[in-house]
Amino acid sequence: MMNVKSKLYILLIAFIVLVMLFLIIGLNSYNWKYALSRRIPKIMAIILIGSSISFSSTLFQTITNNRILTPSVLGLDSLYMFIQTFIVFVFGSMKMAYLGKNFNFLVSVILMVLFSVIIFLMLFKKKNNIFFLLLFGMVFGTLFQSLTSFMQVLIDPNEFLVIQNRSFVSFNNINMDLLWIAIIGVFLTAIYIFRHIGSLDVMSLGRDNAISLGVNYDVQVKRVLIVVAVLVSISTALVGPITFLGLLVINISREFIKTYKHKYLIPGSMLIGSIILVGGQLIAERIMKFETPIGVVINFLGGIYFIYLILREGKAI
Amino acid sequence: MKGHYLLIALIVLSLISLFIGVKEVSIKGVINLEYDELRILLLSRIPRLLSIIVAGMGISISGLIMQSITQNKFVSPTTAGTIDSAKLGILVSLIAYSNSSTIIKMLISFVFALGGSFLFLGILKKVKHRGAVIIPLVGIMLGSVVDSITTFFAYRNDMIQNITAWLQGDFSMIIKGRYELLYVTIPFVILAFLYANRFTLAGMGEDISTNLGLNYNRIVGIGLVIVSIISASVVITVGRIPFLGLIIPNIISIYRGDNLNTNIVPTILMGSSFLLFCDILGRLIIYPYEIPISLTVGVLGSIIFLYLLFRGNR
Repeated sequence: MMNVKSKLYILLIAFIVLVMLFLIIGLNSYNWKYALSRRIPKIMAIILIGSSISFSSTLFQTITNNRILTPSVLGLDSLYMFIQTFIVFVFGSMKMAYLGKNFNFLVSVILMVLFSVIIFLMLFKKKNNIFFLLLFGMVFGTLFQSLTSFMQVLIDPNEFLVIQNRSFVSFNNINMDLLWIAIIGVFLTAIYIFRHIGSLDVMSLGRDNAISLGVNYDVQVKRVLIVVAVLVSISTALVGPITFLGLLVINISREFIKTYKHKYLIPGSMLIGSIILVGGQLIAERIMKFETPIGVVINFLGGIYFIYLILREGKAI
Repeated sequence: MKGHYLLIALIVLSLISLFIGVKEVSIKGVINLEYDELRILLLSRIPRLLSIIVAGMGISISGLIMQSITQNKFVSPTTAGTIDSAKLGILVSLIAYSNSSTIIKMLISFVFALGGSFLFLGILKKVKHRGAVIIPLVGIMLGSVVDSITTFFAYRNDMIQNITAWLQGDFSMIIKGRYELLYVTIPFVILAFLYANRFTLAGMGEDISTNLGLNYNRIVGIGLVIVSIISASVVITVGRIPFLGLIIPNIISIYRGDNLNTNIVPTILMGSSFLLFCDILGRLIIYPYEIPISLTVGVLGSIIFLYLLFRGNR
């Protein structure tokens, strides 16, 4: 039986190897400068997306005390897409260009935090059935997807299909302008969470237990929720919604690392998330030759796994 | 909600629908038999109106059938993988039999839709815990898995644009000669009338319905064939219209209870009126442009779905 730390090292090594492979394959003395200048930002973005999705999913499952719900399953990234489109709609795309791309991102994050807290209070105040929450999330997601497309048509009826095509997740058109803000964002939230890492372990025991063990539960939940909202905004702003990645990652992490300590679970899941994305991108680029965006494959696998989880959970009750 | 109010609503909405659009068509012009205006009416407006009414009827009745067979209020072609399977079928027909006629494409799509629905029922048999929300959840997930298969192959064959354009539920492309396939659904709607009582019985479960002298598997089979044929023909002529089949039967049953036999007529009237209303809305908001109907129905439909969900949860 391996201990937790050595498992983390294995993940780290696998991660580094994959990143190296990603950077090195296909380099030669003529193209290396150009290729690296393209590949380094790209891999940074991919790692950032992988870790922020895994990070937010882990946190979210801890505060909601379940194993199936993730922020994307609850429709939070569709909500983000909607907020972003809504801002363009309100301000107009000309003014948007003037205010800069980061402006939209920052306003979206603030609104996103606000809405997430509202939704959370609405849904989790009472003890709601987990399947109810799931169905709610699915429909909620559809609602905001439709609203987003709706506004896009209002903004420019002629470009509708073009916009629609962009909505497929693909790591070949990552929004690089936000890369630095995103890195800082993930970094700061990680520091913040790691200062409270002990109380997360206690919170995963549920509200009553956590309170009797001396954790200021309700305040702590809101703090974590803000972090989740920021992380979801970051990953969605960079690449768009990848519904089932978080779910896959967090379940694989739990199976593989087998620990309840967030000190190990969070870094582990971030590594696994990045490994899946970097590895998936490698396969997509070298084997499938770019023909399929990786989001499609992830949603296929994630969807099947999700049905399996629901069926298993359904039997347990 | 009385049946004749719905009928009046449908007639009023139909008249409105005939007389809005970029090209001016006035009642006066039609009465005076002005050639241009009559032509617009016959080639574009009337086909559009008829297709909306037929599609609305078909989709809402399919929802009603699926809800009574599975005894679950949240099941409909969109939440059972039927529509997404039909979509996959269309893709297959576009790739493999691109030269064949629309009827052949529809038949292929129908076979896939039927397969998808049976797969869904098969999975349901495995679910021991049949809570009200777990079943549509499985259906939605099944739909999204099938959908990602579709997207995968659409990408490989460079047909994403094709398939999104095709399947975006939209009535603006409906003109004479392009929608007649929808009429295929009418005999099946009538068939649904004739079998209404038996679907209600089948909903009570295999044991009870067999006890009452019913061939359970046959009735379920007939129900799914009706649903799949309607779904395939709507998807291929109009595109995907989300949640319509789910919300309409629910709204009707809130007012009128659960007797399938007396609910069919109000359900199809309401389905058509709702679809017409959404279509008129989509045509007016950014006039002279149009918002695809799948978006208007998607927004209104998911809000109503959420309402129903909260209502059921209370």
